[in-house]
Amino acid sequence: AASLYTCASTTATAGPLSYELPRETIEFKPGPNLDVVKNNCLACHSADYIATQPRGPKFGKDFWQAEVNKMIGAYGAQIDEADIGKIVDYLAATY
Amino acid sequence: LKVLALDRVTMPFDNGERPLVKYPQKRPMIGITSRPPQLETPFPVFNEGPITPNDAFFVRYHLADIPLDIDPATFTLEIKGKVDHPLRLSLEDIKAMAQTEIVAVNQCSGNSRGFVDPRVAGGQLGHGAMGNARWRGVSLKTVLDRAGVQHGAKQVVFGGMDGPVSDTTPDFAKALDVDHARDGEVMLAHLMNGRDLPFLNGFPLRLVVPGYYGTYWIKHLNEITVIDNTYDNFWMKKAYRIPDNACACVEPGTTPTATVPIGRLNVRSFITNIPEGAQLRRGGKILKGIAFDGGTGIRNVEVSVDGGKTWKGTRLGRDYGRYAFREWKTPVRLAPGPHELKVRATSNGGDVQPAEARWNPAGYMRNVIETVRVTVS
Ligand code: HEC
Repeated sequence: AASLYTCASTTATAGPLSYELPRETIEFKPGPNLDVVKNNCLACHSADYIATQPRGPKFGKDFWQAEVNKMIGAYGAQIDEADIGKIVDYLAATY
Repeated sequence: LKVLALDRVTMPFDNGERPLVKYPQKRPMIGITSRPPQLETPFPVFNEGPITPNDAFFVRYHLADIPLDIDPATFTLEIKGKVDHPLRLSLEDIKAMAQTEIVAVNQCSGNSRGFVDPRVAGGQLGHGAMGNARWRGVSLKTVLDRAGVQHGAKQVVFGGMDGPVSDTTPDFAKALDVDHARDGEVMLAHLMNGRDLPFLNGFPLRLVVPGYYGTYWIKHLNEITVIDNTYDNFWMKKAYRIPDNACACVEPGTTPTATVPIGRLNVRSFITNIPEGAQLRRGGKILKGIAFDGGTGIRNVEVSVDGGKTWKGTRLGRDYGRYAFREWKTPVRLAPGPHELKVRATSNGGDVQPAEARWNPAGYMRNVIETVRVTVS
């Protein structure tokens, strides 16, 4: 096994530092299946991730389907098969 | 960048309205996301001077389990893997080693993504996900030499204290080739502009990779692992990849056939003293701004007040080193009517900003010549 080399530390340092984040205020907009969306899309990040994405005809159902697929495939979101369509419908209709 | 109310700003692209938010240690910043926090620097800050103040420096996290309680007295950095002497260094140990200093720009790979056309998914940023600071700490080479990098080592992997909320999400970690890691310039910084790093900028220690995009500048750095292969986690192999060609670009809407990890910053410049849509009075006016590139330094900066038909040189400001913002300014005369003001930088490496925007699927590396539209009365 490799040896662990530890340097001596003698100088005094300041105590622990705590950081207080402001309260999260952003919420999902009202829309169909809102509860399903909240239950599946707020575990890892805030709703502004969704609200700030580009809008318009090119950012409809296909775009949101791809985003949800990325959450599942790349980031390990665990979403019931039955909920995926509901979430995509909500996102396409609301954002 | 228009302030609508005291607490909103609207960036000049669709869905560009953002709150101005106040975080500890920060002045009001443009809120991109709240969990994890992502804060963009309000653009007028870049007109204050070539060094971006700590309280205005942008903040980027990927994963929401960020450290909120850090004890600098017990903090340790571990150096392990293919080294002869694995190390565990305290902050005091690091401060006791030979210190180095560099002024360098940290820019997000997706800075200005909101302006990318056609638009793409990701953080919808204006131009403020960049900053230039004086970093002080220990050279990574010094630390690696003390640990004794073994023969056959290929890459060095960097991990920070922030992590995913779900253990199914890949933890954020990045790698550099071992020769790059030992170039003497890559450093572990504990001071930023002469002060402890702000909490959200990586307190108490972050990696500084001069000339490289911010994705490599790991914050809250506590783990360095030397490996004898090419690191292939999600964040190296799938994310932060650019088309494998000279322009890092493809035909808009298409997918590149081959990609490589993003690397050095390309050359960019901005006018900082005149905002988009400004109403100006006719006659003499000083244009001023900043330029930078990935480490060759800025050779010259030119401006145009006629939409790019004619160009004139500018006077460069103090040289803080080849990785830093370089200020420029020049007097111009403006006749009444609408004007497109443009600025174009050329690097010492001979690269010039392109007139047409290049495109890639992730919206990285925008460096088109920027335009500010004004009306002169
Ligand atoms: C298991 C974790 C997890 C869950 C659950 C999750 N996401 Fe994400 N999401 C991420 C991560 C990680 C990112 C990348 C964050 C970053 O880089 O700032 C992200 C980014 C995003 C983005 C930004 C654009 C992009 O492509 O990076 C959008 C939009 C998004 N998520 C939508 C959703 C929606 C809609 C849901 C619910 C169906 C969801 N997320 C659920 C982890 C998750």
